[in-house]
Amino acid sequence: MTLEGRLVLALLEGAVTGCILALTALGLSMVFGVMRIVNVAHGEFFMLGAVSAWYITSTTSSFGLALVAAPIFVAGVAALVNWVILRPIRYEPQATIVATIGLLYILQQLVLSIYGPYARTVSPPFYIRIDFPWFGYSGYKLAVAGLAAALLWATWRVVSATTLGLYMRATQQDQEIAQAFGVPVHRIFGVAFSLGAALAGLAGALIIPTQPAHYLMGLDALLASFTVVIVGGLGSLGGTVAAAFLIGLSDGIVSVFFSPTLARIVSTALVALVLVVKSGGLFGAESA
Amino acid sequence: MSTKRISRREALRAAGIVVGAGIAGVGPRPLVPSGLRQVVYAASPENPLRIGFQVHRTGIGAVYGRWWERTAAAAATYINEKGGMAGRPVRLVSEDDGTDPARGAIAVEKLTSEDKVDLIFGTLFSNVVIGSAPRAGELKIPYLVVSEGYHVASGKLNRYCFQPGITDVRAQLTAISSWIVNNLGKKITMIYPDYAFGYDHRDFWGKGAARLGATVQALIPIPPTETSFTKYFSRIPADTEVLYHVMVGPGVPTFVKELGEYFGSKRPHLFGFIDSLEGVDLASPGLEFLEGSHFWEAFPRYAGGYNTSFERTYRERLGVSASGASARDPKDVSTYSHMFGVWETLFVIKQTVEQSGYKRPGPKDYKAFIETLERFQGFSEGVGHPQGPKKFVGRIHQAFGQQFISRVDTKRLTVVHKTKVEDSLYPPEADYTKQPL
Amino acid sequence: MRGDHRSAIVAIHAALIAALVCLQVVVPPFHHMLLARIMVLAAYAIGYNLLLGYTGLMSLGHAMFFAAGMYGAGLPLFYLGVGAPEALLLGIAASLVLAVVIGALTLRTSGASFLIVTLMFAQVFYLSTLYFNRITLGDQGFVLAGHLPPISLGALRVTLSEPVVRYNLALATFAVCLGISLWLVGSPIGRVLVAIRENEDRTRMLGYNTFAYKLLALTISAAIAGFSGSVYAVITSYVGASFAAILYSIYPLVWTLLGGSGTALGPFVGTAVMTYTIETASRFTSSYLIVVGVILVALVMRFPSGIVGALRQRWVPWLP
Repeated sequence: MTLEGRLVLALLEGAVTGCILALTALGLSMVFGVMRIVNVAHGEFFMLGAVSAWYITSTTSSFGLALVAAPIFVAGVAALVNWVILRPIRYEPQATIVATIGLLYILQQLVLSIYGPYARTVSPPFYIRIDFPWFGYSGYKLAVAGLAAALLWATWRVVSATTLGLYMRATQQDQEIAQAFGVPVHRIFGVAFSLGAALAGLAGALIIPTQPAHYLMGLDALLASFTVVIVGGLGSLGGTVAAAFLIGLSDGIVSVFFSPTLARIVSTALVALVLVVKSGGLFGAESA
Repeated sequence: MSTKRISRREALRAAGIVVGAGIAGVGPRPLVPSGLRQVVYAASPENPLRIGFQVHRTGIGAVYGRWWERTAAAAATYINEKGGMAGRPVRLVSEDDGTDPARGAIAVEKLTSEDKVDLIFGTLFSNVVIGSAPRAGELKIPYLVVSEGYHVASGKLNRYCFQPGITDVRAQLTAISSWIVNNLGKKITMIYPDYAFGYDHRDFWGKGAARLGATVQALIPIPPTETSFTKYFSRIPADTEVLYHVMVGPGVPTFVKELGEYFGSKRPHLFGFIDSLEGVDLASPGLEFLEGSHFWEAFPRYAGGYNTSFERTYRERLGVSASGASARDPKDVSTYSHMFGVWETLFVIKQTVEQSGYKRPGPKDYKAFIETLERFQGFSEGVGHPQGPKKFVGRIHQAFGQQFISRVDTKRLTVVHKTKVEDSLYPPEADYTKQPL
Repeated sequence: MRGDHRSAIVAIHAALIAALVCLQVVVPPFHHMLLARIMVLAAYAIGYNLLLGYTGLMSLGHAMFFAAGMYGAGLPLFYLGVGAPEALLLGIAASLVLAVVIGALTLRTSGASFLIVTLMFAQVFYLSTLYFNRITLGDQGFVLAGHLPPISLGALRVTLSEPVVRYNLALATFAVCLGISLWLVGSPIGRVLVAIRENEDRTRMLGYNTFAYKLLALTISAAIAGFSGSVYAVITSYVGASFAAILYSIYPLVWTLLGGSGTALGPFVGTAVMTYTIETASRFTSSYLIVVGVILVALVMRFPSGIVGALRQRWVPWLP
């Protein structure tokens, strides 16, 4: 393939990967920023979104319904987790890590025993193959990227222009002062946790026409989201989006020039070095 | 807002019930038939033969593990109905290895020392086999794998390790490479997973292809954590005639779909290994692109591909439909092309136990068992060997069988070529029989 | 305060080692080998705890040091036919060198960034073991049986595949690492590390080169990980890429937090409890990982500072 073709492919793949990565990581960024906890089970919420969307689509044959119902279901699970586990341990950082590792095992094994070990996809709601001079590309993937971008914008609006968003930002800056000013910090925690899970669930549901639902898919999503959130700067939604694009594009471009495993090695090392040089993350206001 | 608030205690109890249900396996589709490790297949008042079954119930190999387990259960039931092994009923003692080499070794220890089984069989993933084999060798217990890797035949393992129920990858490639080169093309690009299973393909296909005058134009090994593939397709040289693909794991449907989108109708010939799509419905959305492409199969998934009475009996006993899925749930697609190896291995064990006069664990009876198995020249076709006749090479502890090539026609696989058993033979590079017992 | 209990502290740890010495003659073969594994992995967790529990640095990349030890010992054994003692030293050396390089880079970050940067370098290491598969044999790995010649200790010839040799090699590894950890924590260096954990800025203002101390802690921690990795390879006769994967970075974290981070005995208790939970639960259910998950959650709700941490809080405040 010509060099232009390769570059177009790299940029396109990078941008699409970036959009989907941003949506997956956004929920983690929100939970991280507002609650100051590391939710190791975030990837499992992504997986639950994908698996429940497969269930809904295959029983009702409506993918649209799945896109609405799966995130709600995941948010419900998250609310239960918050209420039964996280609140009683008072969001203590180390305890939260152990508890969410426990949760990761519980969710994975429950899905394994109920849904099974299979990798299953659904039909995309529409099928368009976009023909570039050098190669073809999935229209649905582009649509997912566009939808992800729209959702990112909507989330940003919620955070910047609503009372809920104001409360979230206040809690993020200083919990005690926020509480003193009458912000219901604990309820905000619950909402942020569920909202973060719902976003991950939605990303999982959106992805299943292109990537199958599987009970072990959460770990890779978690690691990718983690990286994006930290590189972007703790709790900075804009940083999260920028980092997702940085990672997506570097992965895309490097992949075109190196053999696959070497590409992974190079792009991972590059992003790590960026973080070493700029230790608070790209947009972090503080050193985490 | 509801007037009655649920207390945390009640919520905890509810969560406990859900979790408990998962553990006990009373979900809609239980994880294992009984949820218990030990499954008794027949009333066995006296002296059952206890066969350790190392199985991938969790981890990345769980799709295969689930069908491995069903096949082993069906075979044990059949054998018990027909009078057991040397008159003794068979009892399977299963242990999950989590598809992890470290846990695999622990499973071998546990089955040997705690459960005191007579022998161990069933392991699939190469890394688990290689991680567990040294322990089997040190504990001196026969260890029969159903893995299709080249590790047993290569001589890398030890005298206690056998693969009598399924052909290894090197033999598969030896058998089918000439068909690919003669029918599909000589300029070949390989896409394979960047781990053990892929390396067998890379190493042995390359050698075989060169002998036939074909050239491997590019090697594209994909790292195991990859979830999107389009970006790597630009590495496929434009004049490639055959795209040889063999992938395993949950990313495969994405891989095939993206391949389809990338090439559209102007694609090279595709030749794949069914390993990629084991447990996956060929009518899944996005796989339309495979129409007209070819696959290697060890045992045809769709009924009629190898039409013998033994195949029909086997399929029926397993509860697999004509399209290769569970008869009860068409979404539950089997790993049909590989799991016969579990069935056949149990019948090899039966034959060996009966001919060697094996009675109980211990150096004397194990010696008889191993030497008897090493003397077998082959296994004839029958209910115990429904995939076809096997040749067995005792020096390398490896079985050889016939192979199939199928074409995707209207979302099904149709057999277009069957090789002879002899086509898969290669000169042995090791001799286990020289190792001390 | 700790001075008053010095003899009690020594007695407790000596008693544990003595108990492990005695156990080997009474336990059945399966538990014999399982205990050997637990001791080696507990040594790994002890090294991890030096960094997490005493220095306050949470790494998610320790698998690269464990695996560096494994490959550092395993590759020379497999290809060059070196003896086992040399191989163990090479394993430790490999992880030491790696730790200095990785430490110099990653310690420029802190907190969550440190977590992620160590994770990413560990991924680079893991993928490298696959990429260089013609040497490492990748994910499939290689078997050391037949590459472990007997060691001569004076007149005694020791065969490494003997269960009793393995057990005592594992026990020695554990005892040495426990000793290093106790000594380090009680030394002035250890007090500086704890000071860094509690408040790094203040420690720096007191005139300590905190970067150098953190690098020292990381290097010792990694060397212990490499030591246990190389011993693990020798006693199980197997080296493979799965030991470099993320799971083997998560394990020492879970074991340490479960047992109690910042306690000397926590890593051993955590490793033993976790391993035996899995082995016991898998007797009764194939979903044994749910049991593990439920226990982790329940433990955190009842004893958020881990098992030994809870003991220390409630009954024995002088435990190190």
